[in-house]
Amino acid sequence: MQTIFEQFGLLAAFWMTIKLTLWSALFATVIGTLVAIMRLSPVGILRQLGATYVTLVRNTPLTLIMIFSSIALSGVLGLVLASRDAPGGYIATQNFRLAVLALSVYHAAFVCEAIRSGVNTIPLGQAEAARSIGLTFSQSLREIILPQAFRGAVTPLGNTLIALTKNTTIAAAIGVAETALVMRNVAEFDPGLLWTAFGLIALGFVILTVPMGLATSFLAHRLAVKR
Amino acid sequence: MTAANVLFDAPGPRARARHRMLAIVGLLALLGALAWVLMRFQAKGQLEPALWSWVVQPDSWRYYLLPGLLATLQAGAIAIVVSMVLALALAMSRMSEITVLRWAATLFVEFFRGVPVLIMMLFAFYFLVDRGWLPDSTNPLAGAVTGLVLYNSAVLAEVIRNGVASLPSGQREAGLSIGLSPSQTRRIILVPQSLSAMLPTLVSQVIVILKDSALAVMILYPELTRAAGDVGSAKGAPLQAYVVAAVLYIVVNYTIQRIAQWVESRQRRRGRSAGGVVHADTGTLGAGTVDGAQVMEDAAGHVHTNLEDDVSRSAHRGIGRD
Amino acid sequence: MSTSFRIAAVAAAAALALSACGSDGDGAGADGDGLKIGIKFDQPGLGLKDGENYTGMDVEVAKKVAEGLGVAEDKITWVQAPSPQREQLLKTGQVDMIFATYSITDKRKAEVSFAGPYFVAGQSLLVGADSDITGLDDSLDGKLLCSVTGSTSAEKIKEEIPGVELQEYGTYSECAAQVANGTLDALTTDDAILAGYAAQDTYKGKLKLVGGTFSTENYGVGLPKDSEQCEEINEILNGLWEDGTMEQIISDNLGEAGYEYNKELNPPEAGGNC
Repeated sequence: MQTIFEQFGLLAAFWMTIKLTLWSALFATVIGTLVAIMRLSPVGILRQLGATYVTLVRNTPLTLIMIFSSIALSGVLGLVLASRDAPGGYIATQNFRLAVLALSVYHAAFVCEAIRSGVNTIPLGQAEAARSIGLTFSQSLREIILPQAFRGAVTPLGNTLIALTKNTTIAAAIGVAETALVMRNVAEFDPGLLWTAFGLIALGFVILTVPMGLATSFLAHRLAVKR
Repeated sequence: MTAANVLFDAPGPRARARHRMLAIVGLLALLGALAWVLMRFQAKGQLEPALWSWVVQPDSWRYYLLPGLLATLQAGAIAIVVSMVLALALAMSRMSEITVLRWAATLFVEFFRGVPVLIMMLFAFYFLVDRGWLPDSTNPLAGAVTGLVLYNSAVLAEVIRNGVASLPSGQREAGLSIGLSPSQTRRIILVPQSLSAMLPTLVSQVIVILKDSALAVMILYPELTRAAGDVGSAKGAPLQAYVVAAVLYIVVNYTIQRIAQWVESRQRRRGRSAGGVVHADTGTLGAGTVDGAQVMEDAAGHVHTNLEDDVSRSAHRGIGRD
Repeated sequence: MSTSFRIAAVAAAAALALSACGSDGDGAGADGDGLKIGIKFDQPGLGLKDGENYTGMDVEVAKKVAEGLGVAEDKITWVQAPSPQREQLLKTGQVDMIFATYSITDKRKAEVSFAGPYFVAGQSLLVGADSDITGLDDSLDGKLLCSVTGSTSAEKIKEEIPGVELQEYGTYSECAAQVANGTLDALTTDDAILAGYAAQDTYKGKLKLVGGTFSTENYGVGLPKDSEQCEEINEILNGLWEDGTMEQIISDNLGEAGYEYNKELNPPEAGGNC
């Protein structure tokens, strides 16, 4: 068991998982909210754009998006996200950021749908009241709709966060040193430790995701708009 | 896209002008982005006909893309069938009166829903390779299917259980009052209704499975993503190969998504859903139909455990039932 | 593909049975079940699956060895043998033998047997045609080096020149594409593998090998532990060098980009690793 921590760097791998999760969650929320606003907007073409984004992204495997970002965006099109003398190394930084890019773009579609499902919890009267006191679309969105939508969307947003945490393992496909890579290295170089590695990694994810699930339930109760 | 959107008024002349402006801005932004991508492609020589022409060669399809697509569909088909069978057993066990069975099923469901599919796939694959139980080169397929089944059976078991829980309590009471045992009531009355209500969810779960099957690229299963990689290196056009693969995934999954929507709307028309189907925009803001089923399943299916949680339940139904 | 392969095999077996009409008619001996040979499917010049065809040096050597063992070409089933799984494929009987740039090492010999070596390769560098990298020296400092997951060759370079940065992908093909377009600076692995990429149509004129070889990789034929065919295969392999077949195979498959194999170390004497 010691070997998995010392030689294969399991703790560092989980730290990578956490970093990937936090950064991707941040960007996915920003992109997802923007797309949700587009989908709710009164402008037909923006609605279409938002809907197209969600349809395209949600029907593509994250694995493909991840590999595409490394091989095609970085490799072929020369997208550079890190400076050559980045601390921790150019390639490690570049791969990390590409992984965050792929994870954010993918999960933004789910954040968008979660927010829309939150909007669906808001009774008609709220928007009618907002309009009747003369709020514009953006005002009613900002003051009335989105705050309630986020509170109504706590559960699906929490679930998206849990899914995102687990999906960070896919970053192994482009060589980011996280848990799936540890799993593979153990399997290839020290197969006797396969069960131990699986147990430890599974445990690690349980430790990461169970509090998220509990927090989601708690917040969903706490923030629920009482009606 | 619902027309009955109440977020904004029927626009007046100034609003219409503003919307037109926004539409133009949106369109320009889109065109700008496309132009930028094309220029970038051009600058890197990625628009050269030679890098794309292989797409229309029959050999590319015959030896790479179609076998890849077929392998993806094969893994998906096996996984959904096995998952469903296992899910039924798990759901029944989890609702059973036998404590040990209930505990075991709960443990299974909670554990495998929490572990990333890729980790399970890698583990299953290397475990099978190590044991050498299976003949020839079936290990990648078996590893992929095992990973997919462990996760999806846990998720689907919760969907079944949730469907049962959301049935009107009169259903169960009626069953018990005509002298059926609790387990008979579940088997004959409750679970069948839950199953018919979860059909759309089941169909959209196929999309989740097909997408997750791409993870098998890491265990060398020759599915579509790997086939794209192979044809990309054979033709020296990796970017183009992945674009083509993405289009294939989107076409297949979008078709399935439409089927799921069609099944759902048909069930709603027939009024057969006893409560499990996601209803969208009745009485709330018309944000359009949210494919709730898929949102929830992609998101680890945790929604379905919060049975006591009326808020989230209504959030996902889109109706305040209480 | 496998179906048509099976049909071909069945047709061949039927033809054999007809011609052998009257005798035992069973297709006896090695002909009975053919050979399952593990090769690379994605290594141009060594083992490449292009549509229905398999090409490359390893494939050609494998065909000659099979011929020497009395197995016809259409009785060979080609199986993909990716580097990390070669030992497992042999141990679990999924393949009968492996020709897949398979270096003979003591660690591997503990698990499998080797016939050969049939070729001596060495680690080298593949760089862009106009690169200023000259070899395993200071010119590599600060450069981006590509290799595959689970490979030790890149680690070796990193020990010598700590300034290099490492990108790991699943296959060398992904590396070669990025070295050719300049995103990454160099790809390192055995010279034979690199020569295969340099000779590929898509990369012609865009890539070159530099720095000679700085390691010795004895390519052997992977066999299940204590295989009975091992010595027989050694004899066949030595014969291939003696009658010039091997030279021909190398120049056919790797010669395109002016690749010269290491004449000091080749031809090797096959044997001693059974």
